[in-house]
Amino acid sequence: MANAHSANLTEHVGHHDHAHDHDEHEESFVSKYIFSMDHKMISRQFLITAIIMAVVAMTMSIIFRMQLAWPGEKFAFINAMLGDKWGKDGVLDPNMYLALVTIHGTIMVFFVLTGGLSGTFANLLIPYQVGARDMASGFLNMLSYWFFFLSSVIMLGSLFIEDGPASGGWTIYPPLSALPEAMPGSKLGMTLWLISMTLFVVSSLLGGINYIVTIINLRTKGMKMTRMPLTMWAMLITAILGVLSFPVLVSCVVLLICDRSLGTSFYLSDIYIGGRPLDNVGGSPVLFEHLFWFLGHPEVYIVLLPALGITSEIISTNSRKPIFGYRAMIGSMLAIGFLSFIVWGHHMFLTGMNPFLGSVFVFTTLLIAIPSAVKAFNYITTLWKGNIQYTPAMLFSIGLVSSFVTGGVTGIILADSTLDINVHDTYFVVAHFHIVMGLSAIFGMFAGVYHWFPKMFLRMMNKKLGYLHFWVTFVSAYGVFFPMHFLGLAGVPRRYYTNSAFPMFDNLVDINEIVTVFAIIAALAQFIFIFNFFYSMFRGEKSPQNPWNSNTLEWTTPMANIHGNWPGALPVVHRWAYDYSKPGAENDFIPQTVPLAEGEHDGGGH
Amino acid sequence: MKLLILIGLVLLIIAAHQLMRVVELSRQFKKGHEWSVSDTDNSFNGKAMLLFGFLFIGFFFWQVNRWSDNSLPGAASEHGLKVDALWDYNMYLISFVFVITNAFLFYFSYKYAGKKGVKATFFAHDNRLEMLWTIVPAVTLAFIIIFGLKYWNDITERSESPNKVTVELYAKQFDWTARYAGKDKVLGSTDYRQIDGGNDVGLDTLDATGYDDIIVKNEFHIPVGKEIEFKMRSRDVIHSAYMPHFRAQMNCVPGMVTEFKFTPNKTTAEMRKDPYVIQLMAGINEARAKKGEEPVEFDYILLCNKICGASHYNMQMTIVVESEKDYNDWLAKQKAVRTIAAK
Repeated sequence: MANAHSANLTEHVGHHDHAHDHDEHEESFVSKYIFSMDHKMISRQFLITAIIMAVVAMTMSIIFRMQLAWPGEKFAFINAMLGDKWGKDGVLDPNMYLALVTIHGTIMVFFVLTGGLSGTFANLLIPYQVGARDMASGFLNMLSYWFFFLSSVIMLGSLFIEDGPASGGWTIYPPLSALPEAMPGSKLGMTLWLISMTLFVVSSLLGGINYIVTIINLRTKGMKMTRMPLTMWAMLITAILGVLSFPVLVSCVVLLICDRSLGTSFYLSDIYIGGRPLDNVGGSPVLFEHLFWFLGHPEVYIVLLPALGITSEIISTNSRKPIFGYRAMIGSMLAIGFLSFIVWGHHMFLTGMNPFLGSVFVFTTLLIAIPSAVKAFNYITTLWKGNIQYTPAMLFSIGLVSSFVTGGVTGIILADSTLDINVHDTYFVVAHFHIVMGLSAIFGMFAGVYHWFPKMFLRMMNKKLGYLHFWVTFVSAYGVFFPMHFLGLAGVPRRYYTNSAFPMFDNLVDINEIVTVFAIIAALAQFIFIFNFFYSMFRGEKSPQNPWNSNTLEWTTPMANIHGNWPGALPVVHRWAYDYSKPGAENDFIPQTVPLAEGEHDGGGH
Repeated sequence: MKLLILIGLVLLIIAAHQLMRVVELSRQFKKGHEWSVSDTDNSFNGKAMLLFGFLFIGFFFWQVNRWSDNSLPGAASEHGLKVDALWDYNMYLISFVFVITNAFLFYFSYKYAGKKGVKATFFAHDNRLEMLWTIVPAVTLAFIIIFGLKYWNDITERSESPNKVTVELYAKQFDWTARYAGKDKVLGSTDYRQIDGGNDVGLDTLDATGYDDIIVKNEFHIPVGKEIEFKMRSRDVIHSAYMPHFRAQMNCVPGMVTEFKFTPNKTTAEMRKDPYVIQLMAGINEARAKKGEEPVEFDYILLCNKICGASHYNMQMTIVVESEKDYNDWLAKQKAVRTIAAK
């Protein structure tokens, strides 16, 4: 132990008791499983909470998809899920429809793809892949999870109140969300939404600051920034985006709370509702939109970048090839991260914002296509002349690349204000962002779970069930979201309870039915995953130390969840993470801890 | 129903239990481990990727073929024709990128599926390639940006036409009202505090320019070939005035007056004779017949396209485009709101 201490000073930072990590002192159930400060346990807590939230949000989507395909039909399923109040005789109530789309969006974007994705993989991977004993602050990390938990409980709790949950859309534009007279969901449900999201931001900030500090300060000896796996770069940039943008959401939310409760007029002006004129004058809902999207757009990349980082790692490992253009990948992530802060106005071309300002946002938004294209082409080149190992994680990663392209190209249309005029807020947009977030980001998350499950639970997930899960999901997910483009081309607005009020949409019934049938299949397929996940957690095959023959540091830790991660000294890093199939090497992988041979170049040269 | 769910749950548990037994039994017979990917696995998934690639791109063309005919008819406004042309160019471009990129992805996924004993090629970067796929997208995007912004500036320019017709669209939960300036060609000013049962859009009763304003519901008319300047207002929450056939949309924001202008170039009657529209309406009426509903004729429509509450899905107004003469006749028949002045 003594030399372990002197070997590396960084191991002392923030870890009083970890130095004696492998004398396994007794831990109570509470400190081990509940108020844990261990990054591995916190990561598992995030993941399982996110899975529960995802199941809720997915079930909601099935309910409203049934209404959209077969409007007015009676479904015992809907009545059983929502009761007589919101699903009388099995027909979905219009207010509940809006509530479901709102909470579905909120949960998926924030609780699954932000809390779940970053929370799980940043926590799991950062200390492992930079070679640290734990996060810089285990305590803040624990708080981060518990704020997330509390916020999840409040969000779910809001489903059970009398007036129903928030229902003004996940973007909660005032005045709709500010005025209880406007819709039942803007009463207590909206208050709970705002409280929940504020707590969520606290969680996200506590986590984000921790991620940044850990990556910057606790890298082990030899882990230069330019040797970090791309997952680390993705997590770092994501955390910076979160820390800079989430506080703006809080200010946005606080002003809305003031308007709702204290009679201020930040977002309200000249309104007549509920049979009387309101006193509020001078505010503007457009201000809200600016504040909201100043978070809202970086949020898209907060969702996407971790997924891209995860798949960079998985595609390289399983192609048995270095990731193509490592530095270009970092550069494009930095470019995407930077640009994501100056594009928010593309959500607001038609809000009455000055059209010239719109032009500026057209320009900045379309620039994002360049680094995104670089990333897509680099992934494809990584596959070229590889020796692709089809683990379930690899399948999902390839699925991500496909959907990243498919969903990305329609972004070029939507970013062009001229073209946006006619498809803004239609199903074309719904298709676009679901293919990017609902496919790409979710696939990144699945890929991560399949790949690092052995690190989390020390056991393997079942491979064949993984294949089945992937193929059914991949086919049906495209089956859900691709046809939606054509609804958009026919001018169908989003968030319509039914399209049957307009004869012009009557010929689109078959599209809506196809979408719903695929959605039901996709939802059922997720039970394969859930079964595989929980079954393998307890009964899966025991994993070897490095099941995927991977180079990164997490696979040099023993197959036991111990405090401090490495029993002895921290590993020392000698090379980048992508020496796969290096000419002259004996194996097709060289872990980062292996010293460079004489005359060997680091970082892709040879 | 509760019973059905209970039975479903029990069945699910039994299914899960059986699945566990299958998994455990199969593990005993299996040579490989969960982490080892055999050549069979790789070959199967590689082929599946290729097959998927074909089906996916095939599905894309199938949808284009089958569902493009459900799309909105060609634009019925002058700027809309340009929007449509730009749309087509961009669509061809992105469809090309989409097909090519996915084709490469799925082909490589098939071609380089792993085999035992094969070693991947160590290929870490190549400046020429990376420059290529930075510069080509950059140049392409430059064109997209230039054309997009050129049209955007034309579309959003303030209306300068001396012959323009000004129409106010007033949104509230959950209907639309249109207001015309009347003989003095000036829309009367408004004050939301004066809204009441007889003053639906909140006309300022002290402003005499509003006395001759014309207010209509359910349907409004506009003349073909003249620039129509829309001024949008909202009474309560944000709505969005979406007129898809004219490629026109603008939010209606409480406390603001937003604007959008376009020049309709086809009357409703002309649209009804358009071959594409005839085909479109035949499809619609066929679907309606199946539901046992009356056939309908083509109409231009104004929809709400920003979530505004429970009846958001049914907030509509019919737009009639007609010759200037018919329009003037129609307008002359509408009553001015002079009654307000009497108060």
